[in-house]
Amino acid sequence: MVTRKSAVPSALMLIVTFCFLAALYLTLNAQFLAVVQVAVYAGAIMVLVVFVIMLLNIRNEQYTITGNWKTVVGILGVLGILAQIISVFIAATDTLPKHLSESAVQLGTVESVGTKLYTSYAFPFEMASIILIAAAVGAIVLAKKKLT
Amino acid sequence: MSSLSNYLIVSAILFMIGASGVMFRKNVIVIFMCVELMLNAVNLTLIAFSQFMGDQSGQILVFFVMTVAAAEAAVGLAIVISVYRNKETVEIDKLNLLKG
Repeated sequence: MVTRKSAVPSALMLIVTFCFLAALYLTLNAQFLAVVQVAVYAGAIMVLVVFVIMLLNIRNEQYTITGNWKTVVGILGVLGILAQIISVFIAATDTLPKHLSESAVQLGTVESVGTKLYTSYAFPFEMASIILIAAAVGAIVLAKKKLT
Repeated sequence: MSSLSNYLIVSAILFMIGASGVMFRKNVIVIFMCVELMLNAVNLTLIAFSQFMGDQSGQILVFFVMTVAAAEAAVGLAIVISVYRNKETVEIDKLNLLKG
């Protein structure tokens, strides 16, 4: 999705990526978060992004990935950080848990996540609703043409 | 077969794809989508650790990350729209008002 010139194909590829990530969550037995991933990310957020792309009527960006020393340094930096992270993971393979925990199926269900969310994490949950309301009001205020 | 380090490596690759997108792309909306991709990479790490360690807190944290990402998407895209209305562009090279 990074290499596409136009924004619409990269948005569609990102939606596909989100669906694949939801499948990965399913392999981890996190059913609730897999459904939320498809509904919120691939559904709501990407619809918003595609709408904004449509509203803005942007042209394809002219960018080349050859020659410029900045891109060379950037690619080298990205690959270096990636190699470092992966080498840390491989070095720590012995200390990481080998298998999914026995309670993994139980932990990923809507029931158990919801119970935890409404008991131990009730206060952050309410805070999340305040954040969402503030974001909705803020988005309307920012995108409005003129405040009267 | 599907051990924890495989999930972590996929997550690291996704994160660096997102980071490279943020560094190389000029279009604000594409940069925004790359930030979403990085958030998702971190979510994958959190869920993988949560399910392998048998601790549910990671999944709760992912839920809140998704909430904040939705809020961020709404506000960020509103900012993009108002910037476009003022400057008629979404290329970050042309948004250089703060350049000294």
